[in-house]
Amino acid sequence: MEQTTNTSALSDIPVKEEKQYSYLNLGPTHPATHGIFQNVLKMDGEIIVEATPTIGYIHRAFEKLAERRPFYQITPITDRLNYCSSPINNMGWHMTVEKLLGIEIPKRVQYLRVIIMELSRIADHIICNTIIGQDVGATTGFLYLFQYRERIYEIFEEICGARLTTNIGRIGGLERNFSDKAWDKIDQFLIDFPIAFKEFSNLLERNRIFMDRTINCGPLSAEMALAYSFSGPNLRAAGVDYDVRVMNPYSSYDEFDFIVPVGTQGDTYDRFMVRQQEMHQSLSIIHQAIAKVKKEPSDIYRADVPEYVLPPKEDVYNDMEALIYHFKNIMGETDIPKGEVYHSVEGGNGELGFYLISDGGRQPYRLHFRRPCFIFYQAYPEMIKGAMLSDAIITMSSMNVIAGELDA
Amino acid sequence: MEEVSTEDKIITVLKENFADEIVNIESPYNFLTITLKPEKIISIIKFLYDQERYQYLTTLSGIHFPDQKSIVVMYQLHNLFANKRIRLKIYLPEENPVTSTLTTVFPAANWMERETYDFFGVIFEGHPNLKRILNVEDMIIFPLRKEYPLEDQTREDKNNKMFGR
Repeated sequence: MEQTTNTSALSDIPVKEEKQYSYLNLGPTHPATHGIFQNVLKMDGEIIVEATPTIGYIHRAFEKLAERRPFYQITPITDRLNYCSSPINNMGWHMTVEKLLGIEIPKRVQYLRVIIMELSRIADHIICNTIIGQDVGATTGFLYLFQYRERIYEIFEEICGARLTTNIGRIGGLERNFSDKAWDKIDQFLIDFPIAFKEFSNLLERNRIFMDRTINCGPLSAEMALAYSFSGPNLRAAGVDYDVRVMNPYSSYDEFDFIVPVGTQGDTYDRFMVRQQEMHQSLSIIHQAIAKVKKEPSDIYRADVPEYVLPPKEDVYNDMEALIYHFKNIMGETDIPKGEVYHSVEGGNGELGFYLISDGGRQPYRLHFRRPCFIFYQAYPEMIKGAMLSDAIITMSSMNVIAGELDA
Repeated sequence: MEEVSTEDKIITVLKENFADEIVNIESPYNFLTITLKPEKIISIIKFLYDQERYQYLTTLSGIHFPDQKSIVVMYQLHNLFANKRIRLKIYLPEENPVTSTLTTVFPAANWMERETYDFFGVIFEGHPNLKRILNVEDMIIFPLRKEYPLEDQTREDKNNKMFGR
């Protein structure tokens, strides 16, 4: 194309010899990116030479917002971080504040929290894994398993009244006890889900086409994963068994018997398989937690810390003490210690940390979220370098990058 | 008991090698926190990386203290082998917060430093691509600094004395 015929008029123009690259905008809104991500890809044919990610499209300044909100009003903010597993974020935040205040949580509440957190971990992994299937062209699993994500959301609705952005629980425990209907739904879910999950596994896990498509796609070595501070299933798929639930147990996770699945080469297939195995482990943890809950007195659902929890509305109107605590909470008269706390939980896609500095006021002086997505997404350009465009898509979906958490 | 001894060991090792650099050692909520002078922070982190296996950068962030006219950069490292965490802090002057980049040790520091620059205006010298990351690029302020209040401070209908801070 660049070769020109040697006519006299054109002979002075130098012939361009370097390669021509084309630039492709992947995103910001593209059905395959599952969120607002922009990547400017420098392409050589269909091979990616360089990728430049731009983030911040849904930045909502949560860290600044948190500086003007009382502690209990920050929970709805955390919902909107990783919105696929908001209960884990809520619980993580509550546990951070409880650590600051030095509140001892009753065992039953801890087990109830474990049940909620593991259910939301399953919901999170269902989204990620079925979407990997969807992106490689296996829509069946996506539609099939999403019914069960719906069932999990129904359980959350039964517990707290909300589905996606749950605002579940309060500082010190839960806002109300699990209803009988919630227990029934959990039991029914535990019966129905493994059957459907088995079918989903049969569809993909040993599927030749799926394996050919995902093995060696977006691989990640353990060294690189650690250098880029990966955490969660992505790090474990690379072969590092770092799980916050095991390393720094919170909410009595040390009493549960579960395996931390690890992969070997950190490719899309390993990430998929690690999540599959984690769902099995989560189911087992839920079974254990239910057995433990049954041994505890059935009416405890929060710690006895009225000065930090808004009392129920009917009590406020009828009970003097509740009215006092309501007033104290709203007017910020409770004593908050000064201090500096870091607490982390194993979120849906990694170590979700809360770094809180309190100066004794009713709002945090500074609150920093350690958002796993934000930290590991910066390795994405390096992971897709030299890969095909279609591989870049499934690499991204297998990393479980959630825009809400990425941009905070 | 073992926990205390490992913490003590780190403190001893740091005191042996960087005695002049240590400003303060504390352990709020069982999290070893060491305040350092800002000059040698990168070599200290490199030392911890090489000698003490603190090879995982958990997080990096800024904090603004207008009363002390300083901006703190906080590093949290994790020793995954012994499961020990450490927090390092450096105080930088508010009007000219400049320090060296950590990207030479941890590639993961890249975006974290960009975020800290974006929100606090901390300049990380030697950073490969120090520009705003979450905010728009033509923004002229550093929004997480305390001089930019979230609410209109001229409001008179809210009394902080009555409503808490």
